[in-house]
Amino acid sequence: MPQTLFDKIWEAHGVGRRADGRDLIYIDRHVLHELHAPHAFEQLKNQERPVRRPDLTFSMQDHTVATLPGRNDETNPPGAAFLRAMREGSERHGIRLFDIDDPEQGISHVVAPELGMVLPGATHAVPDSHASTVGGLGALAFGCGTSELAHILATQTMALKRPQRMLVRLEGRLAPHVGAKDVALRLIGELGVAGARGHVVEYAGAAVRAMPIEARMTLCNLNIEMGGRSGFVAPDDSTFSWLAGRPFAPQGAMWERALARWRTLASDEGAAFERECELDCSTLEPQITWGTDPSQVLGISERVPDPGHADAGRRAAMESALAYMGLAPGMPLAGLPVNRVFIGSCTNSRLPDLEAAADVVRGRRVAEGIIAMIVPGSTTVKRAAEALGLDRIFRESGFFWGESGCSMCAGGNGDRGEPGERCVSTTNRNFEHRQGPKVRTHLVSPETAAATALMGRITDVRQLRQG
Amino acid sequence: MMISFTTHTGVAVPFPGDDINTDQIAPVQAMRSLKPDYKALLFMRDRRRDDGGEDPDFVLNKPQFRNPGMLVAGHNFGAGSSREAAVWGMLANNIRVIVARSFADIYRENCLQNGLLPIVLASVDAQAFEQRVIAVDGAAPFTVDLMAQRISGPGGPDVAFELPPADRMRLLEGLDDIGLTLKHADEIASWEKRTASEQPWLQTAVDSRA
Ligand code: SF4
Repeated sequence: MPQTLFDKIWEAHGVGRRADGRDLIYIDRHVLHELHAPHAFEQLKNQERPVRRPDLTFSMQDHTVATLPGRNDETNPPGAAFLRAMREGSERHGIRLFDIDDPEQGISHVVAPELGMVLPGATHAVPDSHASTVGGLGALAFGCGTSELAHILATQTMALKRPQRMLVRLEGRLAPHVGAKDVALRLIGELGVAGARGHVVEYAGAAVRAMPIEARMTLCNLNIEMGGRSGFVAPDDSTFSWLAGRPFAPQGAMWERALARWRTLASDEGAAFERECELDCSTLEPQITWGTDPSQVLGISERVPDPGHADAGRRAAMESALAYMGLAPGMPLAGLPVNRVFIGSCTNSRLPDLEAAADVVRGRRVAEGIIAMIVPGSTTVKRAAEALGLDRIFRESGFFWGESGCSMCAGGNGDRGEPGERCVSTTNRNFEHRQGPKVRTHLVSPETAAATALMGRITDVRQLRQG
Repeated sequence: MMISFTTHTGVAVPFPGDDINTDQIAPVQAMRSLKPDYKALLFMRDRRRDDGGEDPDFVLNKPQFRNPGMLVAGHNFGAGSSREAAVWGMLANNIRVIVARSFADIYRENCLQNGLLPIVLASVDAQAFEQRVIAVDGAAPFTVDLMAQRISGPGGPDVAFELPPADRMRLLEGLDDIGLTLKHADEIASWEKRTASEQPWLQTAVDSRA
């Protein structure tokens, strides 16, 4: 019977079936971060259980690290205890730690792929809901909670119920200045924040094939914002050439052997998915969220919707979102003054994201009174950007150029906006208060964020680039 | 170690609305310590007014819901971040049951890991039960019996629910999840052995520069 790629990876990683009917799925790579791992280390200590495969486990310091140059543990005082507990736990168990001052430190979802820890057809877990970012390389990744994290440390498996399968075909060719972020936001807008709940999504179609690997990661990163259990893109030649030579990827003869296997990683013709949907991406314009969840999104030239025209079930949520965001039905978002712009997070902080933003910014200045921040997703990305002179472009135009970490995405390190501020952000969640109490977040692509910083108002990057 | 669940009696709090996310349930700002006050962090932001005072309109601040036992919510409860504090906060407030139209996947997992019972009623029953909980308004408690898979309480007949048998067994027996898996240690070891020969790159993750 024809199989989907998900089925193939799932079955290849099936260790056994537990008494409670759950499948034990082997986890090839497990990446931890300091916000949640310390609690799991403590649990293992209390239970006197060892870590089964420290050699397949990696620790990152990302959520609570400060972004100020010259930072140390104490720069963000509440983070210090987390950083130390992470250090102690990792050392106790012999887990390689990418510490705050490591030249390859960064956000787990950025570092693991760029160092080649993630491989096509492999399984991956992170105690973070955006784990499926690495699906951009054709890996099957699961976000998990703290108890599951401890379970993986002790057993190198997850006990899962088999999810359903969903195929999302993204067809057509993207217009200039429209990218993976815009595609993902539109898709979430179409399917809703629970649209893929219980499903593992395979992203396919011409628009996906044309995306560079970093863009595929942006797409897969946002999979959880439509509730997906996991999401990935089947690997192809772009995947393989992107991975070749990365430090933790197989090398030499082993690479050739792996490659032969990876070339078989695709869904079979006629394989069945429980759900399928298609989005024509050729007419998409840059997208921006207007509300307080990522599905409340519109094209940059569109107007804020009227809850009065929505179905009764959604009306109350729309009204409360409009009130929180300080918006009225029928108004355009373009032209709206903002206070803050943030470019970063596991969604949009890889080198091509920064390059796209730099192309917009080059030779111009951030508008008066706007706080604009760029935080690279990893120290490796930061170095690469600096080698290209991007940091100078950003600094000269008035952007803050930070040290790598999660920063304003969830504010776990104290970077956040002031009450009432309007913030245009390349992150993944526009939930109420996420970027600071009462902060009004609009999610956009790096290009839209950069254009908005320059104008001090929400801006259609296509118009700026023409002018 | 897992806590078992057999029955739980407590006041049912109506918590209507869909897509309640974990940033709302357990704000990151409240998690700035390794051992935060889980009782206080639950819906910390919603509990307070702008001036820092308690918001008397927020449901969990109302006198009849000060000692909650269960929440009754809408669709996709627990969306967003995987933070388990969003479950620990419930337990710290003695909320051991959440009845919702549906749950976000990771949140539901985190509930099962901690002996918090996630119930989804059949849709006809769900609406009636939600209305009943609103009408009762905390005046008397409900009892959830996982053995019998029934909710009983004021204002109407018992309501039946169903949990997948495996999840039910796990909650009833309070099984140690890791212990359950470690019964398969031999299978894990043989999977590793087989994979090390068939796809060795999966079983090693070394820095080729080292
Ligand atoms: S950047 Fe944001 S979403 Fe990504 S891992 Fe960090 S906090 Fe989570």
